[in-house]
Amino acid sequence: MKQIYELLAITLGAILSNNFIFSQFLGCCPFLGVSKKVDTATGMGIAVTFVMGLASAVCYVVNELVLVPLKLEYMQTVAFILVIAALVQFIEMFLQKSMPSLYTALGVYLPLITTNCAVLGVVLLNVQNNYNFISSVVYGITGGLGFLLAIVLFASIRERLVFADYPKAFEGFPIALVTAGLMALAFMGFSGLRIW
Amino acid sequence: MNFARQFKEGLITNNPVLVQVLGMCSTMAITTSFFNGIGMGVAVTIILTLSNIIISAIRKLVPDKIRIAMFIVVIAGFVTMVDLLLQAFVPALSESLGVFIPLIVVNCIILGRAESFSYKNGVAASAVDGICQGIGYTLVLMVMCIVRELLGAGTFGGGILGAGGILEGGALGAGKGIRIIPEQFPIGVLTLPVGGFIVLACLIAAMQWALARPKKEKEESKS
Repeated sequence: MKQIYELLAITLGAILSNNFIFSQFLGCCPFLGVSKKVDTATGMGIAVTFVMGLASAVCYVVNELVLVPLKLEYMQTVAFILVIAALVQFIEMFLQKSMPSLYTALGVYLPLITTNCAVLGVVLLNVQNNYNFISSVVYGITGGLGFLLAIVLFASIRERLVFADYPKAFEGFPIALVTAGLMALAFMGFSGLRIW
Repeated sequence: MNFARQFKEGLITNNPVLVQVLGMCSTMAITTSFFNGIGMGVAVTIILTLSNIIISAIRKLVPDKIRIAMFIVVIAGFVTMVDLLLQAFVPALSESLGVFIPLIVVNCIILGRAESFSYKNGVAASAVDGICQGIGYTLVLMVMCIVRELLGAGTFGGGILGAGGILEGGALGAGKGIRIIPEQFPIGVLTLPVGGFIVLACLIAAMQWALARPKKEKEESKS
C-alpha cells in the first residue's frame, strides 16, 4: 500500500507539480526547438517518454549491478551518457527494421534525444532520490508524460502566436519564452497538490 | 587568427546564450543567486576550454562517423573531474547547483562549439574560442542573476557578500547578500521558474533590438 502511495506521489509530481520543464528546467532545448507544430511536438514528446522510461530501467540496472559493486559511482555521469547514447542508437536501428512507419514519423528527433537533458536528468535524479527499480521506471515514464503534456500545450499556443501583435524585438525565441513563462505560472498552481 | 574578433563574437555578436540560443536549461535554472551564476559560469568556461583543446588536438584521428560519441566522452570526462573537485573544495556550490553540474555534459554550448568550431580549427584558436564563449556565457548568467536577485529577493551578491559572506570571514556560499530593496517589496515570483523564462526573454529581445538597430541604420544610409 505504501508503495502505491509513493508511486502516486511520484506520478502526480512528475506530471503536474514538479513538471520537468516548468519547474525543473530539464529539456528546454527540444522544448523550444521542436514546438512550432503540434504534430512534430507530439512525436518528440512520445519519443522522449519512451527513451526516458527505457533509460531509467537500463541505467538502474547498470548502476546497481556494475557501478556500485565495483565502487565506480564517481563514473556515473560518463557511464549513463554512454548508456543513453547507445540506447538511442539501438532504438533507432530497431525501429528502422521493425516499425518503419514510426521511424519515419519520429525522423530526425530520435538522435537529438541523446543530448536532451531531461533524459540524463531523470537518470541522475533516480540515483539521487534512491528510487528502487519500479519507482525509477515510473518516474522516467511519468516525467516523459509531463514533458509530452508541456510540449503539446506549448506547441498549440505557439501556433496561434502568429496572429498575436507583439513588439518586433520579441520575434522568435523571446515571445516563445514569455509564453512558456506564463505557462510555468499556471503550472505553479499545481504546487498545492503535494499532499503525500 | 584574430583574437579580438573572437572575443567580440563570444561576448556580443555570437553570444552563446543570447544569439545562438544554446544552453537554456542551466541559464534559466540556476540563476537565482549571484554565487550560483559565477560558479556555474566558471565551471562551464573551464570545461569548455579544456574540451575544446582536446577535441581540436585529436580531430584528425577521429573518424567522422563516431565524432559525436567521442565529443561526449571527452566532455563527460572533464565534467566528472570538475564535479569531483567542486564536491571536495566548494561543497556549498556543489549542493546548490545539484544535478546541474553533471548535466553540463549535455549542455548544448559545449557540444555545439565542439562540432562547429574546435573540430575544424587549430588548438590555440579553439582554446581562445572556449575562453571567449565561456566568458560570454558567464556574463549572461551574471546579468540574469543580478536582475532576478535584485527584483525577486531585493538583495545583491547573494552567497558571496553581505552578512556571513566572505568579507566577514564566512564560508563561500553562506552570505545572505546586501539588502537593497526592503523585505516587503520584492517581486517574489521572479526567483521562481517563471522569472527565469521572462527575464531571459527580455534579455534576448534586448539583444535582438540592439543587433538590428545598426543594420537598419546602414541600410537607410545606403538607400
